Amino acid sequence: MGKRKISKNTRQSFITYGVVIAAYILLTVLASTGALSSTFKGLLVPVCAYIIAAISLNLTVGVLGELSLGHAGFMSVGAFSGATVAIALKDSVPSEWVRLLIAVIVGAFFAAIFGFIVGIPVLRLRGDYLAIVTLAFGEIIKTIVTNLYIGKDASGMHIGFLDGDILERGGKMILNGPNGISGITKISTFTSGFIIIMICLIIIFNLVNSRSGRAIMALRDNRIAAESVGINITKYKLMAFVISASMAGAAGALYALGQNTVTANKFDFNTSILILVFVVLGGLGNMLGSVISATVLYVLPETWLRQFSDYRMLIYAVVLIAVMLVTNNSKIRALVSRLIPGKNKDKEDEKNV
Amino acid sequence: MKKIISLVLAVLLVVTCFTACGNTDKDGSTDTNTNTKTIKIGGTGPLTGGAAIYGNAAKNGAQIAVDEINALGGIKFELNYQDDVNDAEKTVTAYNTLKDWGMQIFLGSVTSKPAVATSAESNSDNIFFLTPSASATDVLGGVENPLTGSVEIDRKNNVFQMCFVDPNQGAASAQYIFDKKLGEKIAVIYKNDDVYSTGIYNSFAPKAKELGLNVVSVTTFTDDTSTDFSVQIADAKDKGADLVFLPMYYEAAAMIFTQANNAGYTPKYFGVDGMDGILTLDGFDTKLAEGVMLLTPFNADSEDESIKKFVATYKEKFGETPNQFAADAYDCIYAIYNMLKDESVDSKTSASDICDILVKKITADSFKLDGLTGESMSWDATGAVSKYPKGMIIKNGAYVGLD
Repeated sequence: MGKRKISKNTRQSFITYGVVIAAYILLTVLASTGALSSTFKGLLVPVCAYIIAAISLNLTVGVLGELSLGHAGFMSVGAFSGATVAIALKDSVPSEWVRLLIAVIVGAFFAAIFGFIVGIPVLRLRGDYLAIVTLAFGEIIKTIVTNLYIGKDASGMHIGFLDGDILERGGKMILNGPNGISGITKISTFTSGFIIIMICLIIIFNLVNSRSGRAIMALRDNRIAAESVGINITKYKLMAFVISASMAGAAGALYALGQNTVTANKFDFNTSILILVFVVLGGLGNMLGSVISATVLYVLPETWLRQFSDYRMLIYAVVLIAVMLVTNNSKIRALVSRLIPGKNKDKEDEKNV
Repeated sequence: MKKIISLVLAVLLVVTCFTACGNTDKDGSTDTNTNTKTIKIGGTGPLTGGAAIYGNAAKNGAQIAVDEINALGGIKFELNYQDDVNDAEKTVTAYNTLKDWGMQIFLGSVTSKPAVATSAESNSDNIFFLTPSASATDVLGGVENPLTGSVEIDRKNNVFQMCFVDPNQGAASAQYIFDKKLGEKIAVIYKNDDVYSTGIYNSFAPKAKELGLNVVSVTTFTDDTSTDFSVQIADAKDKGADLVFLPMYYEAAAMIFTQANNAGYTPKYFGVDGMDGILTLDGFDTKLAEGVMLLTPFNADSEDESIKKFVATYKEKFGETPNQFAADAYDCIYAIYNMLKDESVDSKTSASDICDILVKKITADSFKLDGLTGESMSWDATGAVSKYPKGMIIKNGAYVGLD
């Protein structure tokens, strides 16, 4: 009895932690014994970044119940602010770990500010309107970053818009307009990615199980009912949205510092949709699902599907459609739950949520 | 239930169908012969997506060279091109896939932004990098930013280019326009979210200023707005520009020609090497490109014997006229062949050892390459190629030398 009572949410969160930790340990052991190919090693950091982006978007889409199509915009803010800070501090902060920590915090902070600014007007809208406005936000960020120049010279940091001629002789350009940031020293590691994933998961699970979390979910399930019992809609919507944005910012910073070069074009509408696909395939509100689907759907086209050469992305699309059809088919779900005895009841419960 | 089964079967059918395609494609293009003299050469490029035309051209050009060399006997090459979708993130995975495959020499990435990423990777692995067409200065490293005079990315010693580096093209175009007095009033349209286009414009602008060229209109576009040029064309027309400089790839240029023509605006046009290929674009009326001038290292209509042979082979194998990317990649393979043919390297030589040999050879004063894209091409420690662009003009649907 007692066991069942704590289970549902807590068990779900502990299973998620367990799977992530087990995967981390397994991959670390494999990497240290040299059993992991260069391809997989190279994928570890981006996968971590996409997982964080997916679980943060799941907070907006799955828990808050609002469709956001501009999530890559927040990643972009985090990526460029974080990478700029990391490069600017290169000489003054020698420790890579400290620099990465500062970059991730700065990235999360700036993304949170943007989340707040965008959130205030945007969250008055609902459904399709919100989706369209967030989509526009992502495009605005992309255009701004494409025309933004940030550099550092003897007299300090300079920022220019549209015009790159902002530095004295001998200064160094950090963010070079359409060329983005080149010459990043890779400081993101798999371990740092794992730690950020764990922190994000802990934040999300604790939020969802808190008073605020219940208020947020009440808004999702029935806004009018929630409002009638005195829940402050703006406050809770904004809370979920800003937390989601800041996590995406952290993901962006982690991502950028694991690449040699990043440009604003990387964080376009397609990337937003890609993250949304991870969330939808993993299941709305299901964090473990997001982690798994982000991993599988990111790794699949880069590794196993390469054997199909030119037909790679076509097959990827077919796989997406097939997965979508299969996971949404009640008969197949019933078949799977019959095959895994004991789990039967829980599964059915979850699906009905 | 029946529905599900039929769905699963359909998916399986599709998958197996494409598996077959993929495999035959693979068998057809790579040499599976595991001769000990076979050197593994890898490359990444956009084989799918919007920029696929460049990646496939480079892949095909390189494949022709590899086939020719393998037929000669002696040293043999095996070529493997991986898709990078013109993305700096995916290209690193493609590069790592090649490393797992056992790549010994890297043909680099076809497009600039991915090449910036892979050149950094190959630099830390010490794998020789010779890109056919990635022209950004960040690929080579060690080049001064013209605005600040400081070097932002250190020189990557293993990295070399077969194509012109962007600043050279911009400055050369300004010089050419000035020398030949091609225009009184000049308009520039460039793509400001593209490394290639901005790189050329940023070196064109100061040179034009220095020479006193009268640039009356400078307008930009991005990837999202690359289908409608009415604003840019109207601006150039209103300011009375008689020469329009277009540092961009040819798809966008074709749009500009068509739309300007519809607007009743017929200035002279001047392009750069990305304009090459416009005559083979599907559905494009080549009459519109009449009188367009461009600087390019490669001319598919040349009377030169080796070019004629290359063009004929390419047409026969792939059914289209090769562009400059194909020719550059062809030259890359021959550059590697000329450097390695007298060396005792085989499939067991490590990539790092081969890299040391090749870097030493390519920078040597005695090394000169006569290829499709230039005669006696040579390289120095900066990694940039030294060759001269040819001024071309389109007459009666064909390129004709300008001089």
